[in-house]
Amino acid sequence: MTRTWALHLGVIAVLLAANWLLPAYHHTNLARIMVMAVFAMGYNIAFGYTGLLSLGHALFFAAGIYATGMGIAVLEIPTGPSLALGLLAGAMMAAAVGLLALRTGGVSFMIVTLMFAQAGYLTLLYFGPLTGGDEGFVIDRAARAIGPIDLSADTPRYLSALALFTVALLLHLALTRTAFGRSMIAMRENEERSRMLGYNPFTVKLAALTLSGAYAGAAGAAFAVMFGYVGASFAGVQYSILPLLYVLLGGAGTVLGPFVGALVMFYLIDLSSLVTTATLFVTGAALLLIVIFAPKGFLGTLRERFLPWLP
Amino acid sequence: MDFGPFLLLALMEGTVTAAVLALTAVGLSLVFGVMRVVNVAHGEFFMLGAVVAWFVTQAIPGPPWIAFLVALVVAPLLVGAVALATDRLVLKRLNYDPEATIVATIGLLYILQQAALTFFGPDARPVPAPFTWRIQLPWFGWSGYKLFVIVAAVAVLLVVWRIMTHSKAGLVMRATQMDRDTARAFGIDTDRVYAGVFALGAGLAAVAAVLVVPISQAHYLMGTDPLLLSFIVVIIGGLGSLRGTVVAALVIGLSDGVISVFFSPTLAKIIATLLVAMVLVFRPQGLFGTRAP
Repeated sequence: MTRTWALHLGVIAVLLAANWLLPAYHHTNLARIMVMAVFAMGYNIAFGYTGLLSLGHALFFAAGIYATGMGIAVLEIPTGPSLALGLLAGAMMAAAVGLLALRTGGVSFMIVTLMFAQAGYLTLLYFGPLTGGDEGFVIDRAARAIGPIDLSADTPRYLSALALFTVALLLHLALTRTAFGRSMIAMRENEERSRMLGYNPFTVKLAALTLSGAYAGAAGAAFAVMFGYVGASFAGVQYSILPLLYVLLGGAGTVLGPFVGALVMFYLIDLSSLVTTATLFVTGAALLLIVIFAPKGFLGTLRERFLPWLP
Repeated sequence: MDFGPFLLLALMEGTVTAAVLALTAVGLSLVFGVMRVVNVAHGEFFMLGAVVAWFVTQAIPGPPWIAFLVALVVAPLLVGAVALATDRLVLKRLNYDPEATIVATIGLLYILQQAALTFFGPDARPVPAPFTWRIQLPWFGWSGYKLFVIVAAVAVLLVVWRIMTHSKAGLVMRATQMDRDTARAFGIDTDRVYAGVFALGAGLAAVAAVLVVPISQAHYLMGTDPLLLSFIVVIIGGLGSLRGTVVAALVIGLSDGVISVFFSPTLAKIIATLLVAMVLVFRPQGLFGTRAP
């Protein structure tokens, strides 16, 4: 128990120290990676722990981005409440999708979530004059601040990304220790048996998916304010694939896996873009290689071989 | 133009869409029915077929119909070979696990897109139609080639249907679809059946692409729409049911044509995607299927 907390708090401490140590380019990258890692943690709660392989998480991420972005730009709500609106939008969207999609399972669940996300993406395009469509819109720099904290400046952005990441990570860690967290894993391992033991799979999965959507919405909201751009492309299928890729790479069902996956994948593409423009190939090859040779991902394999206590 | 001829045009265009869609979707449906694999890279096999057709028509001089016929043979063979290699190198290793194969075919999708982008380029490129005969109706002229697309698609579908119902290969495929283990116990090499079905499914997508590419254009991102529409058709028709797939292709193709002409193509797609989600939720066996997936 203590080493678990030591490990996770240690990671946060290293990230905090990195704020003063990293050069500007990597500083911005890491802020972005932490926000994407929050998105991936949400995905991990649904996929890694509850066994819900969704191909529609872009919808929840985009709900967060658009709720916050439109809240600031169109409704002219202050930034703080707009961020909360983003989180809420992600959760609500996930709950709405879950109410329908969770009536199915397995392959059907993937296709239903994919179709809902695609319908959401097309809807954003259809209302192009309002949403900006594929080109999107930029949030006014003056509006990207909470009180005196200017989130468009480097250090405040990094530190607030870290704050969000910390809350998300510790909540995620605590969740795996609760009775609810264990019932989520029971759904993944054997739904029939947990039903027999008196759990209602539908409510457990719906709650897990809603929480997952809240994570995605929070990440989207933070992304909109920190990087100041809102666009329909965030609802595209590639933003559903990204968290899947991060989670698979880092290790599905491990608390730190989503962050490790996001970090490795981001720099893999960043470094490979120095030598080749074929970045799609890197993504595709990574997916193929993981699924064939390391289906448990980095931390999953590590846990299996050396660190059985890793949460 | 009056409403009547306008509707006629919409229906004729819709029939072309339906014919091409039926071919593509039957490929996807075969793969799902027999192998229980959801092939997310199916649209990229379609795209690959169109790109190969462009390369063939560039390489072969002379009248366009010769190059077209060559492409109609070469593209499915080449794409089928890629699919065969995928089955051997990737899907078989994953033991056809439904979730792992989805992730793997997503990976394949990116790799094929990148390959097309690198070797073919980011531009949309036209392929000449094999002939330029026009049908002159009282209200508008219509390309005779589109009529040929419909006829050719129907012919290919009839051949596939004939193979599935009246040949030994079809019998073996249906046996594997019904019960893989029992089929194996009767001496059927199910690995070969799987490889063959995956190649056949990809080949059908490639044929559909060669047929449609003189009407649309070859582009490295052209696989997304056929993939989504094929999914829609296969699900509404009932996963794994060939007859349902063809009927659903007709319904979706025609309604897509009509809604696109009178309203907006985006709206047509929104309605279709939501429809498919609802069908999967409330009627998982499909609107026309009888078997649960």
